[in-house]
Amino acid sequence: MELKLHVGSLNDTDLLAKIISGNLFPGFIIGLTGDLGSGKTTFTKYLAKHMGISDNLNSPTFTILKVYDHKPYNLYHMDVYRLEGIGYDFELDDFIYSDGISVIEWYPYIEEMLPKEMLKISITTTDDEQRELEIVGEGRYEQIVKDISNRYGH
Amino acid sequence: MYVLGVETSCDETSVSIVKDGKEVLSNEVLSQIDIHKEYGGVVPEIASREHIKGITFVFDKAIRDAGIGFDDIDLIAVTEGPGLIGSLLIGVNAAKTISLNYHIPIIGVHHITGHIYASNIENDMQFPLIALVVSGGHTELILMKEHFSFEKLGETQDDAVGEAYDKVARVLGLPYPGGPVVDKLSRQGIDKYHFPRPMIDTDDFNFSFSGLKSHVINLHHNMIQRNEHINAPDFCRSFQEAVTDVLVRKTIKAKEKYEVKQIVVAGGVAANSGLREKMRSSIQDIPVYFPKMAYCTDNAAMIAVAGYFKYLKQKKYDDLMLNGSSRLKMDEGEL
Repeated sequence: MELKLHVGSLNDTDLLAKIISGNLFPGFIIGLTGDLGSGKTTFTKYLAKHMGISDNLNSPTFTILKVYDHKPYNLYHMDVYRLEGIGYDFELDDFIYSDGISVIEWYPYIEEMLPKEMLKISITTTDDEQRELEIVGEGRYEQIVKDISNRYGH
Repeated sequence: MYVLGVETSCDETSVSIVKDGKEVLSNEVLSQIDIHKEYGGVVPEIASREHIKGITFVFDKAIRDAGIGFDDIDLIAVTEGPGLIGSLLIGVNAAKTISLNYHIPIIGVHHITGHIYASNIENDMQFPLIALVVSGGHTELILMKEHFSFEKLGETQDDAVGEAYDKVARVLGLPYPGGPVVDKLSRQGIDKYHFPRPMIDTDDFNFSFSGLKSHVINLHHNMIQRNEHINAPDFCRSFQEAVTDVLVRKTIKAKEKYEVKQIVVAGGVAANSGLREKMRSSIQDIPVYFPKMAYCTDNAAMIAVAGYFKYLKQKKYDDLMLNGSSRLKMDEGEL
């Protein structure tokens, strides 16, 4: 299922993260794509907040992966921008295929090592504040896209 | 006391022998930078493989250069985090192997405390002090009231300084790592665009560089679309002025609030000439220490020094359960 959303402010980002956080299950994977500065890390910050993680979440670009130990789910925040043209990294396998929640910025760069079923969000910057989002979810993720569709903007 | 330091948290394989937390007898660093350059940054799996290839050689060379044997070593200090998990594990396991084999006690060290303690090699630390830690993965202001006591006053809310440099360099079509190139070009440019100074006047000691990065990228994008000429030196200078203004202002604020005796600037971005000049010209009443280049970038000497002082403070070792951690907290690791 596919859904197009307009995000006009950080409040909208917050709401979207909140809806998704209510739908998490073990091994949940979110793939994010969008230009530098489009708000991928910002979205992840809000998701962490709604998962109850109180640590400051900042960019994982340098280490590619940052682990936030938490209950009931750990959060694995990845930025795989630098794996462009490489396509995979075996060190990330243990995290992506685990019981934790993975958020993968620039996921298309490692698509070959990702499962087919995941929540894919692509962000397009229209101006400083405005974003257009395309959200895709199949299989177990279809329900979440429906839930977003029902609750976002109401 | 001879301490053997091991550092493999990112893309440098390093082993060092330091006597009494001060005298560097050897500091062998095998850098992988040329290998990662073509990928625009460090690739974790490649980094791990390179560490494996190099670590035995680096251990041997460090011991040989120091003119001592493994039997002379009193303590092994190894970076346990934060960093790339696979890379960390290679250093930790090599250190544990030597520890077990030669019956030498081992202690895990937080990478950032190593960067801060690099300044003790050439200058004696005096407390209280403020450490500004700036690198590809970190931007933090830390207050130390005594040896091996760290209070994090603030940190970046999004991108680290070094990372912002890398991303701006990428947009301008400059090579990785971005810091040295942007620094060099900025000397030929002027602060033409006067970019925003994010969070410069906030009441806390936190930083934010993501908005500044976006601002630079947007301007660049708009100019390309309008077919305007891009003057890279002016972009670099404007960006660097914005970054260093914020870093210096917040450091001064911390210095005044806590009435410290010295400032230590640590991490890879401490090599930035614009930051050095601005920090030194803006703070003249107390000393501002920048470690020399070899101790700014990742190295095991700083880990050996930090391990020495950690041991003096805690008077206890770690056991062989010691493990690597990608996102180690300073207070978990040290206090």
